[in-house]
Amino acid sequence: MARISSSVYTSHVPAVGAALDLGKTAEAYWQPVFKGYDFSKQWEKEQKPDVIFLVFNDHATAFSLDLIPTFAIGTAAEFQPADEGWGPRPVPKVIGHPKLAAHIAQSVIQDDFDLTIVNKMDVDHGLTVPLSLMFGQPQAWPCPVIPFAVNVVQYPPPSGRRCFMLGQAVRKAIESYDEPLNVQIWGTGGMSHQLQGPRAGLINKEWDTAFLDRLIDDPEGLSKMPHLEYVREAGSEGIELVMWLIARGAMSDLRGGKKPTVRHRFYHVPASNTAVGHLILENN
Amino acid sequence: MSLDKPYTDIPGTTIFDADKSREGYHLNQFCMSLMKAENRARFKANERAYLDEWPMSEEQKQAVMARDLNRCIALGGNIYFLAKIGATDGKSFQQMAGSMTGMTEDQYRDMMVKGGRSIEGNRKTGEKK
Repeated sequence: MARISSSVYTSHVPAVGAALDLGKTAEAYWQPVFKGYDFSKQWEKEQKPDVIFLVFNDHATAFSLDLIPTFAIGTAAEFQPADEGWGPRPVPKVIGHPKLAAHIAQSVIQDDFDLTIVNKMDVDHGLTVPLSLMFGQPQAWPCPVIPFAVNVVQYPPPSGRRCFMLGQAVRKAIESYDEPLNVQIWGTGGMSHQLQGPRAGLINKEWDTAFLDRLIDDPEGLSKMPHLEYVREAGSEGIELVMWLIARGAMSDLRGGKKPTVRHRFYHVPASNTAVGHLILENN
Repeated sequence: MSLDKPYTDIPGTTIFDADKSREGYHLNQFCMSLMKAENRARFKANERAYLDEWPMSEEQKQAVMARDLNRCIALGGNIYFLAKIGATDGKSFQQMAGSMTGMTEDQYRDMMVKGGRSIEGNRKTGEKK
């Protein structure tokens, strides 16, 4: 049977992708950001995941205001890196896993989560920047990826609670898949940042630190945090952090297993407008 | 019953909710059209003519031409959509975000390098700093 071996959490700042693509990673400004992922790249080489279930949000790229799905699962064979206005990122195309994706969709929908199924979708920095941070700049990504898009553009996004419950349904779905696949689940976005209005540039390190602590030790309690607190304390775009609760909800301690091991934890301010947070949790 | 909006007391922040989305629908869809290179070229060649192809309000069109992002947001624009105008102009996200704060580009960048804007005094309108 397939199993979730670990969960990965990371910000997906577009400027990080640009710094990589333009060869600026050695610059003093960017060095500390990329250094935080040295361990992670090595760790991924040892882990050799078969599939990544990657939770991210589209930033007015694949979805305009014509269509705003709250939860959308990518079931296509492949996904092209999108042109977000600066030209597509020079990264490999993303290979999907249509069979596992369809299996998850069927299972999760029957568990009362009404997903939108997407067979054609370009993927933006929300998905490709985490891949770059965890795998560097390979010719091809090392494994298939199932993109899972969450609406955080138009308020309200799904509640933290809903995301947390969904993660549990996704775990159940993956564990009922017949092939013995090593699956990782990633939650991306955040941490505190605000990109709009006179309050732009907001960073709340204390709040971010507490969020990371609670994500590790008290995910159940954290999942009850209302939207308003994210927006007020972590900025209008900090609300992306609800997506981390999908990945956390998929860990096995939530169905009676042991607590996950914290393999890596990293935090740095700033990357452009944003606080970068990163965590790796391994199931036991 | 009207929508519950507990987030209107956050200073310097506009939450892009269903009402804003309705108000800004054409403004945001115009921004979306700039993801195509040929549309970017047509817009740059004659901004007014290009904007007139969209059923946007005159105020929205003026705000776009003035690159007044705060005004665009007040009129229903969303930052991820408005970013397409910035991309067309060759601006980074940091330049765009900074332009809404009343700070110069250097001041804004320096603030971020020093740890960003503090939350203290920025949680609620009228709160003491």
